[in-house]
Amino acid sequence: MTTTAAGSTDVIEAPPGAEDAPRTTGHGWLSQHVGTAIVGGFLGYILGHWLGNLIGSQYPYIANSGQNSLAVLLALLFMVIGWLLGIGALNYPLLKIVGREAEPEVEHVGWSRFFRYNLDHKVVGIQYVVGVLLFFFTGGLLAMAIRTELLSPTTHVFSADTYIKIVSEHGTIMMMMASSVVVGPLGNYFVPLMIGARRMAYPRIEAFSLWTFMAGYMVIFSALFFGGFPTGWTGYAPLQTQAGPGMISYLFGFAVISIGMMAAGFNLAATIINYRAPGMTWSRVPVFVWSIIATAALLTLASPVLLAAGLFGILDKTAQTAFYVTEHGGSSYLWENLFWFFGHPEVYIMALPGFGIVGEIIPVFTRKPLFAYRIAAAGMIGVALLSFFVWQHHLFQSGINPDMRPLFMLTTELISIPTGFIFLVGMGTLYKAKIRYEVPMLFCMAVYFNFLIGGISGVFLSDVPVNVTVHGGFFVLSHFHYTIMGGLIFAFFAGLYFWLPKMTGRTMNKKLGLWHFWTMFIFFNLTFFPMFIIGLLGQPRRVFTYARDLQTLNDFSSIAAFCLGASFLIFVANLMWSQFIAPEKSPSNPWDSLGLEWQTETPIPTYNFERIPVIMTDPYHYSEEGAPALADFGDGVPVGASSSVAASTDPSE
Amino acid sequence: MAPENSNANGDNDFRRIVTIWIVSSVILDLVYWFAVGPHVPPGRMTSTAKDNQLDFNVLFIIALPVLIGVWEWLAYAALRWNVKRKDAPESVGGPSASGNKRAEFSWIVITSVVVLFLAVYGTVELYVGNGSGGGEGPNPILQPAGAVKAETAAIAGNASWSPNSNEVLPVQVIAQQWKFTYRYPTFGGFESPYLILPDNTEIAFNVTSLDVIHSFWAYQLEVKADANPMENNVAFTKTEQLGTFEVRCSELCGIWHGAMFNSGRVVSPSAFMTWATSTETKNAANTKDLPPFAWTYVPDANGAAGGYYPDGGVTPYSPVEIYGSKQPS
Repeated sequence: MTTTAAGSTDVIEAPPGAEDAPRTTGHGWLSQHVGTAIVGGFLGYILGHWLGNLIGSQYPYIANSGQNSLAVLLALLFMVIGWLLGIGALNYPLLKIVGREAEPEVEHVGWSRFFRYNLDHKVVGIQYVVGVLLFFFTGGLLAMAIRTELLSPTTHVFSADTYIKIVSEHGTIMMMMASSVVVGPLGNYFVPLMIGARRMAYPRIEAFSLWTFMAGYMVIFSALFFGGFPTGWTGYAPLQTQAGPGMISYLFGFAVISIGMMAAGFNLAATIINYRAPGMTWSRVPVFVWSIIATAALLTLASPVLLAAGLFGILDKTAQTAFYVTEHGGSSYLWENLFWFFGHPEVYIMALPGFGIVGEIIPVFTRKPLFAYRIAAAGMIGVALLSFFVWQHHLFQSGINPDMRPLFMLTTELISIPTGFIFLVGMGTLYKAKIRYEVPMLFCMAVYFNFLIGGISGVFLSDVPVNVTVHGGFFVLSHFHYTIMGGLIFAFFAGLYFWLPKMTGRTMNKKLGLWHFWTMFIFFNLTFFPMFIIGLLGQPRRVFTYARDLQTLNDFSSIAAFCLGASFLIFVANLMWSQFIAPEKSPSNPWDSLGLEWQTETPIPTYNFERIPVIMTDPYHYSEEGAPALADFGDGVPVGASSSVAASTDPSE
Repeated sequence: MAPENSNANGDNDFRRIVTIWIVSSVILDLVYWFAVGPHVPPGRMTSTAKDNQLDFNVLFIIALPVLIGVWEWLAYAALRWNVKRKDAPESVGGPSASGNKRAEFSWIVITSVVVLFLAVYGTVELYVGNGSGGGEGPNPILQPAGAVKAETAAIAGNASWSPNSNEVLPVQVIAQQWKFTYRYPTFGGFESPYLILPDNTEIAFNVTSLDVIHSFWAYQLEVKADANPMENNVAFTKTEQLGTFEVRCSELCGIWHGAMFNSGRVVSPSAFMTWATSTETKNAANTKDLPPFAWTYVPDANGAAGGYYPDGGVTPYSPVEIYGSKQPS
């Protein structure tokens, strides 16, 4: 394999081709793919369940469940192992462990590679797109169920039991999705392309992170078959300790997901630090890459805490330990602190990549350089650092040491300074720009609109006296939907509309894209803005019934939510139409971007760049006379920049 | 947090944006402060409700110009500087467009000043408001005068309270799946499903739970404190108006979390005294079967958590009591 140290200008020979690679994933009837993974997972489940009942049939029963929690745990654990064995993720490491010379995996071509353990970051990126959309639409359907129940305070569609489990499943699935929604698909796909690398630093770990993410989906989804869990996505003990076997799915699901997050995080960090092309200095790294490295740091450092917290919970429920059982010397505060020590960096894991996407896209459609590039990078690093020092603002009313509250109020409010940098960058870039209204640009402007509401309502929440009113109510619910959905998910769709032409070689339909954007934007705001008012009027979160006076507002919000749900049907229709039914071939640089990723051919060759490019400047020299060329691709002709003034006309016209 | 992107030399766009921003901010802030502010929930029933409403409004009039500024900037850019406008200037790149030291510096300074002001203001409000009605844990550092005395007397079993005496009234809130009950240590420790409070009195809420984490949210009183098992979470407020108020659980506590609410009343001190003494007498037979008044309780095997928790033997130290241990067989 090849490596590219930054600063080296050596031309790298092409890596070994597929045809002469020895096989570890097998071929023909030995071939491994999603089908074998499912079989592996199924067999693992049965084995684990049997084993759990065998060794733990005597004591670790959960009260009133009729289920042996040890059997549930082992079933899920063996299912994940069987799934990873079945897909072929463990072939290479296992061979290495037994001392055999491990050989590279087969490079599959054609459609089937998307259903296999593939090490190409571009395939993994597209697999991730499918994965996060699966999470997203599952969670979205559950949201529709929630809003249906909240149509009336007195007439109930679901039982209280079912409702709380829907709420919990919605929250958990969405949080798991959102922690990977940009890092997984777009991070894996575009970071190597943006930094001029041929691959990720650890391709196997990259693929491993994808397949554990998928396993995490199965584990958390399995909760529904074990009767769900009643704790919401926060999983507070002792409710957690009291809950049925669905809780095991939650705890173990988060453990699995956190392993995937750690894997994805340090792989991305290692790639960005070590695999930058020669000349790609830190001051030339695209702002999206800055956001990904900040996120990678959070993924790597925060997820282990979640893993540990989840394992403690699993031990409490299977081995009768008492980490979170106050009466036995544990503490319910331990879970709250561990969870939020992960949970607050987590919410910036769900914000930073969105900032990166916006920073990357706005210069393209304004034909202006990114305003205050260094401030943007500093803002992201600042947010990442501060995010480890704010977690107790979730516990202001919980009875924590009261001395801590002013401190955490201060740190939480300080974080709005680096977040404000992102607004400075966006507003400065828009200043006197000739904006081209393409779908990605509209989504980016919507991110600023929405995230402003989300961010400012966050300042209200961070203020301890106001927090007394708004904590635990619909206000906070609306706040984080504005930041995560209004910020990150809008940015994700901006990224999809922007980069899909490069990923698939097929342009998304603009008319359908506009319909999708406007319906999503309008109904998003109509759904969530009333919730601020509902919250101020005293409706707590996660309730199946509410004050009669609030029905009008709740109904308004519900109906808007159904329309919001419908707007995603437009997206799905667009995706199907533009990518499969009537695909329209995209030029290799449809938006006329200066980004390095756009200077490749479409479809992108397997190893991205025939020669590792030598980077000469940052990719934001739009509308600049005599701007330096972006990169030298090795054929003696620097490409990609000084033509930018001429290219500033709208290619769609 | 003004859009501080000035280009100095005769920049009409920037000047126009700033003018619109200042004018609309001032107008909307005034409209908010006088027309909306006084009606912001949850009203002015207690000292903390009043203080926190003020706090909310101060935050709002600072937030409003920020919202207006950024939105106006976005809208102006969207409408004025786009390819459809024939008179829109061409985008100009180069060093002048990729940064502006003055704008960056002013932005950082202004946001920092605003943020630090908010932190200081919030801290002051928190101290002035005796914890602002939020749960402060078992050892509150911010409390009204006389609270320590009243709380000490309550646990020692010699507490008293009389109308118009300016004494702090300790009330215990016991949360369990899925209801709130209230104990009045100053009146023999009787337990009531109704939360009745005297007007014009400092109340010390001692919030605890018998099972999972709940949160005691007395909406109009502007009190919110998590109810943790084996933990006494104290919050203070002073009642200032007569009326009814809602109590809801605001921390997910299981299946019937949504149905965990009741209501209470603030009545005149003399009416409260009448109610409390008569209830004390009426409940005397039940009260003697309750555990002695304590800050926290552990449910026994027949207790609230359905027998999951172990029976007895876990409370060697005071003041924890086994809840329901004295229930008649």
